[in-house]
Parts: sequence; structure tokens; C-alpha cells
Amino acid sequence: MESPDLGIVLWYTFAAFLTLSIFSFLYKDNPFYRLAEHIVVGISAGYWIAILYHTSLQDLWIEPLTKNVLVLFTPGGPFLLECSRVLINIIPGVMGLLMFSRFFPGISWLSRWPIAFYLAITAGVNLPLYLQSFTVRQMQATMIPLEGSTWKIFCDVTIIVGTICGLAYFYFSKKHKGVLGGMAKLGIWILMIGFGSTFGYTVMSRISLLIGRFRFLIDWFNLVVNYIKA
Amino acid sequence: MKIDRRWIYLAIGIVVFIPMLVYLGFPIRVTKEVRSVYERIDSLPPGTVVMVPMEYDPATMAELQPLAYAVLRHCFSKDLKVITTSLQIEGVTIIKEDLEMIAAEYGKKYGIDYVFLGYKPYPGIVILNMGENFRKPFPRDYYGNELDSLPMMKGVYNYSSCALILNINATSGVDYWINYANGRYKAPLAIGVTGVMVSDYYTFLSSGQIFGLIGGLKGAAEYEKLINHVDLACRAMDVQSIAHSVIVLFIVIGNIAFFATKKRKKSI
Amino acid sequence: MKRELPLMIVLIFGTFMAFQYFVPHRISSDLYQEFNNWTIIIGIFAMVVGIGSLISLHYNRIKFKKPGWGYSTVTIVCLIGMMSIGLIGGTENDLFLKLYRHGLAPVTSTMFSLLAFFIASAAYRAFRARTILATLLLLAAVVVMLGRVPIGEILTGWLPRPLQFSEISNFLLYVPNTAAKRAIFIGVGLGVAAMSLKIILGIERTWLGGEGRK
Repeated sequence: MESPDLGIVLWYTFAAFLTLSIFSFLYKDNPFYRLAEHIVVGISAGYWIAILYHTSLQDLWIEPLTKNVLVLFTPGGPFLLECSRVLINIIPGVMGLLMFSRFFPGISWLSRWPIAFYLAITAGVNLPLYLQSFTVRQMQATMIPLEGSTWKIFCDVTIIVGTICGLAYFYFSKKHKGVLGGMAKLGIWILMIGFGSTFGYTVMSRISLLIGRFRFLIDWFNLVVNYIKA
Repeated sequence: MKIDRRWIYLAIGIVVFIPMLVYLGFPIRVTKEVRSVYERIDSLPPGTVVMVPMEYDPATMAELQPLAYAVLRHCFSKDLKVITTSLQIEGVTIIKEDLEMIAAEYGKKYGIDYVFLGYKPYPGIVILNMGENFRKPFPRDYYGNELDSLPMMKGVYNYSSCALILNINATSGVDYWINYANGRYKAPLAIGVTGVMVSDYYTFLSSGQIFGLIGGLKGAAEYEKLINHVDLACRAMDVQSIAHSVIVLFIVIGNIAFFATKKRKKSI
Repeated sequence: MKRELPLMIVLIFGTFMAFQYFVPHRISSDLYQEFNNWTIIIGIFAMVVGIGSLISLHYNRIKFKKPGWGYSTVTIVCLIGMMSIGLIGGTENDLFLKLYRHGLAPVTSTMFSLLAFFIASAAYRAFRARTILATLLLLAAVVVMLGRVPIGEILTGWLPRPLQFSEISNFLLYVPNTAAKRAIFIGVGLGVAAMSLKIILGIERTWLGGEGRK
């Protein structure tokens, strides 16, 4: 078997050291855990900046702006149209730069303009779409024709009744007494079954993540053993 | 029954570690919601463009990476053309490497058989813009190539150019795919999500907003079984089974101790 | 101008984006795409502001020698190092990729994998069938935990199909779980729509900060 490169072994050992440092937190908080935590915060922030610059800022702002400014200063061509293109590129950049005013208390109010724009776009987009997908389509799906086998009808009735009673539970504008109280009680029973299902799947999810880390540690161990044998 | 929690941690550690050393090959039953994704992809003729946006990061890759591998293997074995994005910033590098690795297994060429658009922030807005034209949020791909220069992207403009979208997602961004890609642009959508999220999306399966749902490592194992390629997920199912049994045992022991203590206190 | 202009921006652009959904005209679509792009660009700067806040926090710790300032030094050094390597060498740079693969990835994965231990501990210590509701939750969790993995098949595979854990867990997920989550999502949809309307109309002003409440 080909001997692994020393460089690869050292990098994997560094990763294993960080992994075991984090696992050491299970015993108790300690300097190794804190060191690993702070290393990852630094590396993560640096990674974000590099990725944001190379994959997003360059593509969407710097390049189009540079190109349009060069076109503007090249003689010939419709001046007003070229100006408008440069303006379309400059506006989002200026608004983005206004976000940095948050660091200066005297002018931090300027950051409200880009925040207002962002909120406007997301609120405007979400209003029709969330209503349609989360509310209307779901209500449509609850209006099920009761046909088919007895078991299917039972399941469909359970879904219809369960949905209505679940909604009744979340209606807090009236006291949960009488009919509404009964519906709310059935609703919470249905909700508990839903949350129980979520918990069951959550356990699977967490164990999967642990399996992933142990698999890495086994691979690292095998790598080191192979290197030593070679 | 008060036990120092570190003994429980040790028990879980041992219970997860030991079965990993031996593959037991427990049977895996394929569910309807995973089979529907497999059959839909399997029915597509070679050369069809599919979109497989992947949004997982190192924190969730243990669950979703096996699924990504299985799905990409299926797509490449069927000679489908794959467009990918990664709208989760910390996952960009792993997803790029995963894509390159699986594509190389099948001898697939970049720009001809698959394209990686890369990352842009604010997934909701990006998903909306991609519905109009991929080139608007992504004038270039991850490697800096203009999209129009890639042979595969000729005639491929937006979701309507793709036969389906299979979103592998560990974040709440999956709601954007449902609301925007399917809600606004009516793109046929299936999702692969982590175990924590999967139970929430059965309601969208029932309403027809998604045509398939692959949940967690179990879903990945089912997909591996369907493509006849036993890999990480299938092997992990043995460990999952044993770990779950032990946790259920802990719950039962805890409850027995609770009721025994309660009875003793009542009798006093 | 400190309050009025942001509120006007929200009203004008929010209304446009809400109505744009119903207007298929090309100009409307072009404007919609352009505004979306602007939002992404603003978002990039906002993320950088977030990282700036992180640097500011750690810098203050180092400057005033607060407890843990040594760790803050490590953070700043790693941040500057990774950022420089990525910005100068590019994201395909070998050292950048190695630091990501062997530095960032293992720690993030391991931190989340700790949850497996915590959930097992919580299941033993806190998961009690004290009331009917707690019992329902517990039973549903146990059935799904066992039914969704092969052990459920092994334990109950010999029983008639409707009594097998996998079939019961399927029923729980497709029927009561669907009903429960549907009720939640209908509420979420109404809530998001109400909040969006409140923001567009300027009723919700907490995002303006302290001065916005005048």
C-alpha cells in the first residue's frame, strides 16, 4: 500500500486534535476546547469574507460597475443611457456602504435606508407568496373529498379534524371553553403526536452527525497507522 | 435515579463507536416518498437538465453528503445534465469538491455534463431571480466562466428549462424553494433535508407542493439501496439502529425509576 | 428624514414588490430582477458589517485585557490569516482549502455532533410520561425512532403489517403529524403576511431602532 504523504498526515492530525478538543468539552470546559472554538471563529469569518468577495461582490458589483464606467468614458455611444447604467450599478453599492455607518454613532441613522430597502423587498415578495404556499395551498389540501376505502376515509377525516383542531388550539382571542375548548384539547393531542415524531427524527439526525465524526477519527487512525507501518 | 451525565455520554460514545467497526447489513425498507424521487429521476431520458441545489455545510454534511453522493451518482449514471448551486456559505467548498469527485467517477466534463453556479448571499432573493434567468444572480459560474460560454447552458435559462429540482438542504432556506421556486414558478420540486426538519415537510408532500421527500441519513440509505450502491448511509443504519435502541432503553429505565420513586414517595 | 425617508422607501418598494407578483409585463419583471440584485449587493455589505462587529468585539477584549483576551488574539490572527490567503490567493488556493477542510470543517461538524450526547442525556433525565400529553409525545417519539431504522423491521417484522413499527410510524407521519404541521404552517403563513403588511404600511417600526419609536 502506498505510504501517505507526511503533509497529509499532519493536516489530518491537526483536524483530529481539533475534533478531540471539542469532544473534551463533554468532560468539562477546558482551554483546548476554548482554543479550538476561537480558531474556528477566526477561520470561519476569514472564509466568509474571501467567499463573499470572490463569488458575489466581484460578479455582481465590481465588474459591472468597472465595465460600465469604462464604457461611459469611451467616446461615442448614448451618453444618457450609459450614465443610467452606471447609476444603476452605483446605487446598491452606496446603500451597502451606508451599512458601515452603524460603526459611527453620530451617523448610524444612515444605515436605516439600506435596511428599509431590504425589508421592503423581502416583505413585498413574502406577502403574496407565503399566503399562497403556506396558507391557501395548505387549506386547499385539507379540503379532501371523502372517497375510497374505509381506512383512507379515516385518515382523511383525521387530517381534516386534526388541522382544524390544531388551528383552534392556536386561537387565543377567545377562552378555550365549551366547543372551542374541546377542539383545542383534541388539537393539542394531535400537536403532541407531531412533536413526538419530530423528536424521534431529531434523535436520528444527531446520532448521524456523531457517526460522521467517529468515521473521521477511524479514518485518521488508519492513516496514521499506515504511515507508521510504511 | 441520578447518574452523572458523563456516564451517559460515555455509554452513547461506546454504543455508536463499536458497531462502526463491523458492517452488519440490517435490512432497509424503502419508503414511498423516497421511491417517488428515484422513479422520477430514473424516468428522465439522457441529456435532460436537472437542478440539484445543495445547501449543507460541515455541521450537517454527515447527514446530507451521503444523499448528495447517491443522487449525483444516479443523475450521472443516467447521463443527465446537472446544474448545482450552493446557497449556504460554509458549504460552498465541500459541495464543489463533492461534485467534482462524483463527476470524475463517471468521467463527466465540466461545462458539458454539469455546471456549478456557486454561491450568492440571501438565498430567497437568489431563488427568485433564478426563476427569471440564472444569469441575473449568476452572470458567471463559481470558476469565473460566463454562463453563455458553457455548452450545457445553451438554451437553459431558468427553472422551466429543468425537468425537476431536487434541493438537498439543511437550512430553513428549503421554505424559499417551496414558496418561490414551486409557489411562483411552478417548478417540480423534491427535497432532501436533515432528520430534524423532515417531519415538517410531510404536509407539503400531502398537498402536492413537493413530489418527494428524502429525510436524513435513513433517506440517503434508502436511495443508496435503490441505486444498488451500498455506501456510507447504508453502513450507518446498523449504528443508528443500535443507538436508537439504547436511547429508548434509557427512556424506559428513566421512566421506570421515575414511577418507582413516585410510588415510594406516595407510600411514605 | 431620519424616520420618514426609510418609511417611504419601505412603502414604495414594498408595495411595488407585492403588486409585481400579479404584473407579468417585461418592465415590471426587469425592475423586479434589478431590485433583487440590489438586495443581494446590500446583503454582502451587511454580512461584512457583521464580521466587522466580531472584529470590534475581540479587539476591545485585547485592548482592555479582559478575561480571555489571549483567545481573542487567536481569533483575530486566524481571521486575518484566512482572509488574506483567500483574498490574495483566491478560493481555489491550496492553503485556503486545507485550512477550510482541516480547520473549519472538523470543528463545526464536531460541535454539532455533541448534540447526540446531549439528546441522549436529556432523553434519560427529562423525558417522563408525567401527563397524558407527555405520554403521547413519548410514544410517538419511540415509535418513529424505532420504526424509521432497520431495528424496527427486525423487532416487529414478524407481526401483521399494520402492527409493524415501520407502518405505524408511516401512519403517524402521514396523518396526525401532517395535520399538526399543517395547522402550524397555516398560522405561519398568516403571521408572515400580517407582519409583511405591517412593515410595508409602517405600523411595525422596531427595525428603525430607538428613534423610530417617537
